[in-house]
Amino acid sequence: MQRRPILSLPTGALFMLPAGIFIVAFILLPFFWIAAVSFTNRTLTGRTAVNPEFVGLDNYLRLFDASRFLNSGEFGASLLITGQFVFFSAIIGQAFLGLALAWFFFNRKGWIQNTVTTIAIIAWIMPDVVVAFAWFAFLNGDGGTLNQILGFFGLPTPDWLLDLPLVSVIIFNIWRGTAFSMLLFSSALGAIPPSYLETANVVGASTWQRLRDIILPMIRSHIVTALILITLWTFNTFTPFLLTGGGPSYQTEVVSIYTYRTAFQFFRFGSGAAVGMVMMIINLGFALVYLSLLRTQRRSA
Amino acid sequence: MASVTFHDVEKAFGTVKAVDGVNFTITEGEFVCLLGPSGCGKTTTLRLIAGLEKATGGNIQIGDLDVTHLAAKDRDIGMVFQDYALYPHMTIGENIGYPLKVRNVPTDARATRIGEVAKNLQIDKLLERRPGEISGGQQQRTSVARAVVHEPQVFLFDEPLSNLDAKLRLEARSFLKHLQREVGVTAVYVTHDQAEAMALADRIAVMNEGRIVQMAPPLEVYHRPGTTFVANFLGSPPMNLLPGKVALDGEPRFVGEAFTIPMQSHVETAVRQHLSDGAQVTVGIRPEHLDLSQDPVSGGFQGPLYALETLGPESLVTLKVGDELLTVRIFSDDAPQLADTVHAAFDPEKLHVFRENGERIPVE
Ligand SMILES: Nc1ncnc2c1ncn2[C@@H]1O[C@H](COP(=O)(O)OP(=O)(O)O)[C@@H](O)[C@H]1O
Ligand SMILES: [Mg+2]
Repeated sequence: MQRRPILSLPTGALFMLPAGIFIVAFILLPFFWIAAVSFTNRTLTGRTAVNPEFVGLDNYLRLFDASRFLNSGEFGASLLITGQFVFFSAIIGQAFLGLALAWFFFNRKGWIQNTVTTIAIIAWIMPDVVVAFAWFAFLNGDGGTLNQILGFFGLPTPDWLLDLPLVSVIIFNIWRGTAFSMLLFSSALGAIPPSYLETANVVGASTWQRLRDIILPMIRSHIVTALILITLWTFNTFTPFLLTGGGPSYQTEVVSIYTYRTAFQFFRFGSGAAVGMVMMIINLGFALVYLSLLRTQRRSA
Repeated sequence: MASVTFHDVEKAFGTVKAVDGVNFTITEGEFVCLLGPSGCGKTTTLRLIAGLEKATGGNIQIGDLDVTHLAAKDRDIGMVFQDYALYPHMTIGENIGYPLKVRNVPTDARATRIGEVAKNLQIDKLLERRPGEISGGQQQRTSVARAVVHEPQVFLFDEPLSNLDAKLRLEARSFLKHLQREVGVTAVYVTHDQAEAMALADRIAVMNEGRIVQMAPPLEVYHRPGTTFVANFLGSPPMNLLPGKVALDGEPRFVGEAFTIPMQSHVETAVRQHLSDGAQVTVGIRPEHLDLSQDPVSGGFQGPLYALETLGPESLVTLKVGDELLTVRIFSDDAPQLADTVHAAFDPEKLHVFRENGERIPVE
């Protein structure tokens, strides 16, 4: 059957126009502007604010300057921190934990499931600032809720945000984002026809075999989608700033905070734009890898 | 191969009793059809055997083993679901071999067995395809192949033909019958189609509202339906059922609103034994046991023509007897010539009599 467009071309273009204007104004133009700025030494104040000069690849070369790339507070160190942050909080934490929770509560109705789902959704929809303040109080070294509890059981009570800043930020981000993948995976599991799992059950498959042979292959495209979204969100998230400000001593400075520091604390717009460009290329890389995963699967299915 | 026994099995979903005190024994190698209207508890009964539902009362045995509390995966069962439940991400071969894979059967042995079963079911050319690339009938066979591949103790079918179109359904039905003769495994087969049950079963269990109303070989169920429910459910079209009264004054007879049927002597004996004069009864006569007649017959029926349906090898003539409809099935490939008033006669030996509560009076 040949698919025909519903609208004629001019009418269709008319419908596209409003969205097109917004995309051009807020995404395409800033993108090109930043790309251009990243090749200049533009700053907020001083001579170069009014007359920025073209500096070629200087900003990029400075970012990747091997002599200090991995020094604390530099771009390389920030990338490493981001890598750990994304791996543990997005892939292991949110995606894996979300899948585990969704699977655990699959076909298991009751108050525990309702409670966990509700808490997860609340954690997800609350405004960042509110959540950050709540966690700040929760993790506070002396008198924080967590340490009160730990102390009650006679466990060590570290000053979380000072002694274990990256761990704290990772746990915070897991808590914050698991709801999304849990909900996504729950609906994916719910879409598997019950007879598929019952057949596996009747032919004698164990729980693990059902997961490996039926459930995971059937929700593979959901897993890939969840990984794309979660990785990109986590890679770009700025929320850790609200808890730690990137510190202490740059220990939680993920690239979004690094960009912010370069561009808006030191007001070196040129360097900041260069970091932004590099981040975007990394994002693009992630997206391409995942999309090609999705495509190979389509072809084999 | 094993027998299956139900002792007072109950299954309640909240306040709904889907299965309500069911007893039966299915012997080794027997093919039993669960037949009944939608919602009568057939699927639930089947799922209780499979272990996909937990009984809320009674106990279930497979062979000598009490399986009431045994998990589905430990019951050694093959099951064909209504939607076939073939895995879209596996090839036909992988689908068929899945029960073997789960049992850690080595790859070579698995391939040999898959080949054997697929050949038997005539799908051996399709092993590399995926479920989306084969026809409905082939999917159904694949599903059957997967259910038999590990030679289970009991074989369960839930309306496996209902997703096929009419022609394919007949073909698949004959094929299942053939397969059953060859494999001879204990099988429980759920259907709401009485023709399917008649064609396939060694015994039919007719279910209504969570209970088994009658369990007997197909011809027994057909010739001696235990209740009006069974009489009405089997046969196409089903038995004509007409309300009437027993009249034992003078010549013994059944009197309805618009008919009078004299009792044969053996019928009279049975009726005198079970009923008294004036008792309410339902008399039943199958459409195929009625015949049209040119002239009025004593002890027969007559009434205006209601409908004439010509089906090719046979015709259905429906007439109005009082307020009731009476269908006559004539085996002739010509349309019958009918006057405005139709007369119908029947062989008195073929008359069925039921009590007011629907139970059969044994008149033979
Ligand atoms: N999982 C369930 N939860 C609640 N009620 C159910 C469930 N399964 C079946 N029932 C009810 O039990 C009765 C019998 O259902 P079922 O065994 O599927 O009938 P059949 O297969 O004969 O059509 C129906 O009234 C149905 O609504
Ligand atoms: Mg059913």
